[in-house]
Amino acid sequence: MAADERPTGSAGLAIGSGSRLSRTCVRAVLLLGVLVSLFPFYWLVVLASGTTQDIYRYPPKLVPGPHLLDNMGRVLDTVDFFGSLFNTVVVAVLGTVLVLFFDSLAAFAFAKYEFPAKKFLFGMLLVTYMIPAQLSLVPQFVTMAEFGWAGSLKALIIPGAANAFGIFWMRQYAQNSLPDELLDAGRIDGAGFFRLYWTVALPLFRPALAFLGIFTFIGLWNDYIWPLVVMIDPDRVTLQVALANLNILYNTDYSLVMAGALMSVIPLIVVFLVGARHFLRDLAAGAMKM
Amino acid sequence: MATVLDPAGAPAANEKQPAGRTRSTTPGGRRRHFPPLLAISPFYVLFAVFGAFPIVFSVYLSFQDWDGIGDMRYVGLKQYGWLLQDSVFWHAVLNTFEIWFLSTVPMLFLALVLAFLLHSQVRFAGAYRVAYFIPNVTSMVAMTVVFGSVFAQAGLANSALRVIGLDGVGWLSSEWGIKSSVSIMIIWRWVGYNALIFLAGLQAIPTEHFEAARVDGANSRQTLFRVVLPQLRPVVLFAAVTSTINGLQIFTESQVLFQSTDVGTTGGPGQEGMTIVLYLWQKAFKEHQFGYGAAMGWVLFAIIAVFTIVNWRLVAGSDDDRRPGIAGLLRRRGARDGR
Repeated sequence: MAADERPTGSAGLAIGSGSRLSRTCVRAVLLLGVLVSLFPFYWLVVLASGTTQDIYRYPPKLVPGPHLLDNMGRVLDTVDFFGSLFNTVVVAVLGTVLVLFFDSLAAFAFAKYEFPAKKFLFGMLLVTYMIPAQLSLVPQFVTMAEFGWAGSLKALIIPGAANAFGIFWMRQYAQNSLPDELLDAGRIDGAGFFRLYWTVALPLFRPALAFLGIFTFIGLWNDYIWPLVVMIDPDRVTLQVALANLNILYNTDYSLVMAGALMSVIPLIVVFLVGARHFLRDLAAGAMKM
Repeated sequence: MATVLDPAGAPAANEKQPAGRTRSTTPGGRRRHFPPLLAISPFYVLFAVFGAFPIVFSVYLSFQDWDGIGDMRYVGLKQYGWLLQDSVFWHAVLNTFEIWFLSTVPMLFLALVLAFLLHSQVRFAGAYRVAYFIPNVTSMVAMTVVFGSVFAQAGLANSALRVIGLDGVGWLSSEWGIKSSVSIMIIWRWVGYNALIFLAGLQAIPTEHFEAARVDGANSRQTLFRVVLPQLRPVVLFAAVTSTINGLQIFTESQVLFQSTDVGTTGGPGQEGMTIVLYLWQKAFKEHQFGYGAAMGWVLFAIIAVFTIVNWRLVAGSDDDRRPGIAGLLRRRGARDGR
């Protein structure tokens, strides 16, 4: 309707919608926020492309230098960058695929089927979500050691292969966006539970899967404390741990460490930018639901 | 709704039957529950093995003295007794709370301001969101390395202070310098995230409420305090609770900033950056005191539980809805959607 159009702002909150001056102020503050958000990334590029001497210079050099490729090359010579990158990719990709499969399957069952103790089981799921991960850090490590999984990528993939947040979130989505009529039609055609899941539900879940996938992927990629604890073999670590080790051993060689940091950040930023549109919209929705 | 779609499914035996009929008398009634139960089972199996069992085991472990290799020695509640007398532990608790307070209060305030500004700004909305959210998705290890160089004695932060004629600050060497550095990293990482959550809350407020306020002659301030903030309460509650849970588990920033070869980390000069989780990790995985680490896990759990409850009460405060939390949020949302 025309009544709630512009003068009062998109939803009527009268901040920065009045005079031209206040609107300029709003824009200036928002832009300042963007600069603060992005500056560390720019600074990372500056540090990674200079020499270590540049870093100690006063006044500091504020523009990127010409040594980016040299420094990256030195990272490759110093640590097994591709080895830890490979480990991280395996963990993030396999972990994400398993989470998407198990979570959507469980969500489908919770959203569209009745079975004994359903309410209790779902309540239990929510309770497990509240348990802080650090509580079981020590016993979980001991369990992994008993299984003989300490130091193996399995320890990073399997324990988190189905999670409460994803099931809860996908279930909300399934309830709202999977029409019962469609499932009935499938039943008439003789499809059972798993056929319905695979051919009817899963394709419709795609937007929700995109969000959960990026969310999970980012979490697995960035996880630090658990790989630090469980990947006991120093030659077989994930990118985050490799970077931390690089920082310990070469912390006087700033440009080397910064080049390593930059290389570990780039792949994830790309993944995020590709999926950002879906991701940001659903993130807000997810928070409102929780 | 649910009755139309009786999930009797279509097991092979009665697939000819039209869907939607009550099947309580169907032969083999139990078997129809099998597929959905199978579908949800991975989570419960994984949770039993990698969640519940370790938790139960950690109770047992916290009564033992164990270095992870030799025999366990039963010591009863002594680990907890030692923990309560451990001055480093209490220092870590205090540090954690100080850092939590220093970061959470400004962060939520700034996020609220940003959310209002974003709400009134329609152009480039998508670009702003992406820019504000990027800090949250990047690796904390990498960004801690960057901030470590910015806060170094001859780093960018002190250079900037010198340009405007101020003395440098011992960002990584003095008590409040260390706490401020860690807090600034946390704020940088989470402001945009919370701003987007608040923005979603703002956008969910029905336009009619603003019109009603305008018709009643409310000015911007009255609209903000009487209309907007009360309706944002559930979202602010969510942000406050998650920030608390995250804040009490700070680890990476301190660990990466102050780590050194082999010895792990003691949290920097004066141990001012030592946090609860960092101390837990240090004791369990660097000094191999697994029982002590397990006991510390339980104390951390208790602290987080208490704070989460207090947080709920505080932010929910005088709300009419006596049960805020997840159930309350869901109910309100449901009511709004007309379900």
